[in-house]
Amino acid sequence: MENELALVDWSRAQFALTALYHWLFVPLTLGLTFIVAIMETIYVKTGDIWWKNTTKFWMGLLAINFAIGLATGIIMEFEFGTNWSNYAWIVGDIFGAPLAIEGLMAFFMESTFFAVMFFGWDKVSKGMHLTSTWLVALGSNLSALWILVANGWMQHPVGMKFNPDTARNEMQNFWEVLFNPNGVSKFLHTISSGYVLASLFVIGISAWYLLKKREVLFAKRSMIVAASFGFLTSLFLLISGDESAYNVAQKQPMKLAAMEGLYHGEGKAGIVALGILKPEEEILKDPKHPFYFDIEIPNALSFLAHHSADAYVPGVNDLVYGNEEHGIESVASKMQKGKLAVQALTDYKKFKKEGNDKEAKIALKTFEKYQHVMGYGYLKEPTDAVPNVPIVFYSFHIMVGLGTWFLLLFIVVLYFSMINEIENKRLLLMLTVLTLPMGYVAQEAGWIVAEVGRQPWAIQDMLPVGMATSNISTTSVQITFWLFAVLFTALLIAEIKIMFKQIQIGPEGGH
Amino acid sequence: MNIIKKIYFLYYDGFKNMKLGKSLWLIILIKLVVMFGIVKWMFFPNHLKTNFDTDLQRGNYVLEQLTQTKEN
Repeated sequence: MENELALVDWSRAQFALTALYHWLFVPLTLGLTFIVAIMETIYVKTGDIWWKNTTKFWMGLLAINFAIGLATGIIMEFEFGTNWSNYAWIVGDIFGAPLAIEGLMAFFMESTFFAVMFFGWDKVSKGMHLTSTWLVALGSNLSALWILVANGWMQHPVGMKFNPDTARNEMQNFWEVLFNPNGVSKFLHTISSGYVLASLFVIGISAWYLLKKREVLFAKRSMIVAASFGFLTSLFLLISGDESAYNVAQKQPMKLAAMEGLYHGEGKAGIVALGILKPEEEILKDPKHPFYFDIEIPNALSFLAHHSADAYVPGVNDLVYGNEEHGIESVASKMQKGKLAVQALTDYKKFKKEGNDKEAKIALKTFEKYQHVMGYGYLKEPTDAVPNVPIVFYSFHIMVGLGTWFLLLFIVVLYFSMINEIENKRLLLMLTVLTLPMGYVAQEAGWIVAEVGRQPWAIQDMLPVGMATSNISTTSVQITFWLFAVLFTALLIAEIKIMFKQIQIGPEGGH
Repeated sequence: MNIIKKIYFLYYDGFKNMKLGKSLWLIILIKLVVMFGIVKWMFFPNHLKTNFDTDLQRGNYVLEQLTQTKEN
């Protein structure tokens, strides 16, 4: 059976659409919960009622974001069961435990501590309320852990064994899955990006109040908390990003090559800080010079990828066509092995059915030898193993460029807030307001790097996206694509409208 | 007042005194009805659960998909 390309593409587009929309809501919740927890801690420590009102205002905006974003992720679970049923079945045993923990944790946290946080002012003790607020922050972030553990596993599958009788990956070691370096670095990088976004959100809205000469004290104090939080978490974002890129270099070298637009591998490889890629046909003629124009930081890529300034970093062509000198196997060779794995699985199934245990055992041995590259057996051409380089390259550079800008902005805003000059810096305030949407752009760009960069794999090296889809009608996927596009856009408009209304009302508005 | 009553009134008063929260709950309810009552029900049947009765059948079906020469 061969699923038509359109079905795979529409299923991917639909998943991308729902994931990108879902991710508009999640990172703000992850970060804003901590910012309100910090503000409430200041209130409890100082007893200053003013901090209580400040906390309540930001908590109100958190509630809006939480309510609108709630359950948008459920859609992806629907899609797993309908559009990606092969994939859902194959990963079922691995994803079952983390997602069940996530579901239980989210349910208990949301029904208890969220309620105390919003309804418990003046009804429970200050300490109890503060504890609930911190537990909401920790709980929502831990909830993200389980999702990112699952995502990290797809990018670097560990702690499991494929059962050829049931066609499922069975968990062998829960701790290996949980502490998968790819999942851990992804979790830390993702949550810290949420903290940065929430900080941009708070300083952006505060800057708007200062430009309007409203709520001046409230805005200035909020800015100090958020800019401090944003500055510290930006530094952490930088460190976790470095760790994440290091893991990508070890486990997904093709993704790294795409991120850097590196076609021809080299030692002492530099990072392209800024560059414009040539069209693919021109690059194929001269892979050593894939850019019309670029600014490079010498040796930086070698250092980032292998923690050595001289290290060799393979390019797209080395990974596709192989490089004997550096011991890199070609995709064509992996495709041959992958086909052997697929054939061995077919034989195993046949011999088992016939009751020929001896031959089944031999087939199983062959399968186990090559199953780590089984996915390559489904590719048509070696170049199918290459993701869309321009999309990955530009998304990566937009994310890094914006992340650098955010760090600088936090430093400058914090400085002028500390010397009590911020309200006079109108240009800076305007830039701060305009940077808020850029925070969302950086968030989405990060996910595009992670997910487009790992194509064609649903599970790295084991299952290409074409094999992961269900054999369903393309039309039904197209219909639901547009249905979600409308539904999510309506939710986004609702969020922006309610949020703007609440911001207009200001810190005196209730929740 | 015992703990059960306290918890009951925490939720009761909380919901009763909500301002913006009432609109948010309405949005949540509409969304849940649309997602589970319409979208899930009409467009998202579980492909394997709908078409097969047992895990054995589901596993065999997926194995068939994996071993036929479907290419990416």
